[in-house]
Amino acid sequence: MDILIEYLKVFITGGIICAIGQILIDKTKITPARILVVFLVMGVILYSIGLYQPLIDFGGAGATVPISGFGSNLAKGVIKEVDEIGFLGIFTGGVKAAAAGISSAIVFGFLASLFAKPTIK
Amino acid sequence: MNTNINMTNQEYSDYIDKKAKNSPILKDVALAFLVGGIICMIGQLITDLFMKFGVTKDDAGIITSIILIFLGAFLTSLNLYSKIGKFAGAGSIIPITGFSNSVVAPAIEYKTEGYILGLGANMFKIAGPVLVYGISSSVAVGLIYWLIKLFI
Repeated sequence: MDILIEYLKVFITGGIICAIGQILIDKTKITPARILVVFLVMGVILYSIGLYQPLIDFGGAGATVPISGFGSNLAKGVIKEVDEIGFLGIFTGGVKAAAAGISSAIVFGFLASLFAKPTIK
Repeated sequence: MNTNINMTNQEYSDYIDKKAKNSPILKDVALAFLVGGIICMIGQLITDLFMKFGVTKDDAGIITSIILIFLGAFLTSLNLYSKIGKFAGAGSIIPITGFSNSVVAPAIEYKTEGYILGLGANMFKIAGPVLVYGISSSVAVGLIYWLIKLFI
């Protein structure tokens, strides 16, 4: 039973974040690229002021899988790195935390585009 | 319904708006909620599975991101992700799979213009701004945090 409730929380958290994005798209005609930027930066800001971690504690992957979770990861990484190595951490922490995401997007993206055929739109 | 060819620009834009309104916001939002929620649950499932095999929570999170990015790239290359996106809207854009899609889709589209200036240059056409503002804001956060620590 517990596991069902856990997954329900994940579903609801992730669902609500995406629903907010959809409302923004429908109401403001904001482009998907801007949605990604807005949610990512929101993730960075919310984590920094201590509001995103409670969301992760509640919703697990529901909060980390959306792009705002990627943003929170950047903020988490930079704060951790400043704690550990000081000033230089400002420049290394964020990208270090995002490294796996960036590298895998580039490599899988490169491979996928090698094999895929461009479609006519 | 006035669809004759002599419509003024104003009439035409009213007509387009009326047609566009046919996509009801409630349905859009419900679908975004459903698809976004499901993608997150798949992410949770992957994380839980790896943690069951003794992987630490942090590492399981990284592995989950990599697998979801792979799935996003894979579905994009089969031209399936855009089909999900057609009805899921933000539900397919906001999860990390959507970030992956935003990298792969332009890379495929511009491949015909060459591997360096086509594929290579356009890969980050959409994801580039995401990284610019994401990394810049993380540096800003780091700087503020460092300053606060300095004075407290």
